[in-house]
Amino acid sequence: MTIGLAHYLTVGAILFTLGIFGIFLNRKNVIVILMSVELMLLAVNINLVAFSTHLGDLVGQVFAMFVLTVAAAEAAIGLAILVVYFRNRGTIAVEEINLMKG
Amino acid sequence: MDGLHNWTLAAPEIFLAAAAMILLMIGVYRGERGADLVSSLCVASLGIAIFLVLRLEHGTAYHELFLVDAFTKMMKVLSLLAAGIAIVMSRSYFVLVGVWRFEFPVLVLLATLGMLVMISANDLMTLYLGLEMQSLALYVTAAFQRDSERSTEAGLKYFVLSSVASGMLLYGASLVYGFAGTTSFPGLARGFLAGDVATGAIIGLVFVLAGLVFKISAVPFHMWTPDVYEGAPTPVTALFSVAPKIAAMSLIVSVVMGPFRPLLAQWQQILVAVAVLSTIWGAIAALRQENIKRLMAYSSIANMGYVVLGLAAGTEEGVRSVVIYMIIYLAMNVGTFAVILSMRRKGVMVERISDLSGLAQRQPMMALALLLFMFSMAGIPPLAGFFAKLNVFLAAINAGLYVAATIAVLASVVGAYYYVRIVKVMYFDDPAEAFDRPVERDMAVVMLATALFVFPVFPVFQAPFMNGAQAAAKTFFSGR
Repeated sequence: MTIGLAHYLTVGAILFTLGIFGIFLNRKNVIVILMSVELMLLAVNINLVAFSTHLGDLVGQVFAMFVLTVAAAEAAIGLAILVVYFRNRGTIAVEEINLMKG
Repeated sequence: MDGLHNWTLAAPEIFLAAAAMILLMIGVYRGERGADLVSSLCVASLGIAIFLVLRLEHGTAYHELFLVDAFTKMMKVLSLLAAGIAIVMSRSYFVLVGVWRFEFPVLVLLATLGMLVMISANDLMTLYLGLEMQSLALYVTAAFQRDSERSTEAGLKYFVLSSVASGMLLYGASLVYGFAGTTSFPGLARGFLAGDVATGAIIGLVFVLAGLVFKISAVPFHMWTPDVYEGAPTPVTALFSVAPKIAAMSLIVSVVMGPFRPLLAQWQQILVAVAVLSTIWGAIAALRQENIKRLMAYSSIANMGYVVLGLAAGTEEGVRSVVIYMIIYLAMNVGTFAVILSMRRKGVMVERISDLSGLAQRQPMMALALLLFMFSMAGIPPLAGFFAKLNVFLAAINAGLYVAATIAVLASVVGAYYYVRIVKVMYFDDPAEAFDRPVERDMAVVMLATALFVFPVFPVFQAPFMNGAQAAAKTFFSGR
């Protein structure tokens, strides 16, 4: 069996769904949320690169590079906000993030 | 052959990027004392950027990644104005809570740079990079009051939910790229016009729209808005409620009216649903709010619903109504936040609606300004807000969206209740303790200018605004 575009897209879709579920079902820790966000972005990268080879077009790979860069910046800022939050509250449990209800 | 030699089209962006770096250096060398200087220089840079934007020629640059036309110029000017006013209004608040640092205006400058890139996006890559540049800077501003639990919580919530939205948008972008074979807006439009529409591309469009709808905080992706608005420092809320909304709305317009216009039938249903749900939920959920910042959050959800309704029409008239609505929304919202930022007693900010009781007896001018803003948002003629809504509803009805327009009108009647309630509290309730006086000069100027715009400037001199909006809307229909 050859591994074709559909297989890559399926992997991408599964990873993306895992990322979404990781964010909304997770009741424990904000770090897990950050990891889920990364997972979503990586799923997108798999998609982009798979499409890029399939189409024989480099744009997808360039796009993937940009996504990687932005993901790094995003993780840095997310962790920074998390540290500031932890200093104020002394916890990063998801259930405790409820000063304002909504 | 439009290679790098068109880089001058990006002059405002390049200028802002350079200015932000230089101002960071100035801030570092001047230390804590530099905040006032950096903030004035930031406002000046935004002013220069407006000037540069106005002088731009139309065209595309960087191999069609970047687009300048009448519409993007209009939206850029609005975003720059909104960001500049937000910086002007932020000083007294941050001084009061003791975090007046030079980083804040520079972050706003960087966020504005992201907005300009978003507005000019002519490719899915530019779209994503601009959006992220804006969002990354805004996450930090939301958590800027870093010793406050509420502010950091707002920053965290905004970060998490907004990254999910970015992820969805990106996933959609990857699908669109894969199934349509290109990321460039003109290329996509050509492909779709040729009738080459894969289901995957439509699914991608839905994901992209979901991500963008999150950024304008319309239902069903509004859940972050009230919390972030309430928790973030008030000047940041003032910024959030205007500038990013203008940029994201402009992005939605250029995405659906540009590359995806051949798929009107598909996205029209989505946008109509978003518009109707937002107007209803914005009106109903606001009824039980006691905190004025939360109230403004629901108000902005409802307002975005009306704007999306105008866009859902998918006509030139619809885009025109979007532009006009954003102009008026800018004035009303900025003015209201100038009043909210002046609500302080003995050096402490207060933000409950009941704190406004009897304001008319203590500070009649401020009460009058807030009355104008509230009546305008409620859509009472002859204030500017009435014309904003009127244009949207006319566009929707002319496009045959009768049911949606009717529901939105009814929702705006419900919404009028909570705006009028604020007026009632100010004019007919027993006076509470007076707010600190005098009102900051900056705030007073902003209040006066926006109040005059809402009435009588806009209602009397509509022609230039209408013509500007018309020219902006036309770009989507007369070939660029």
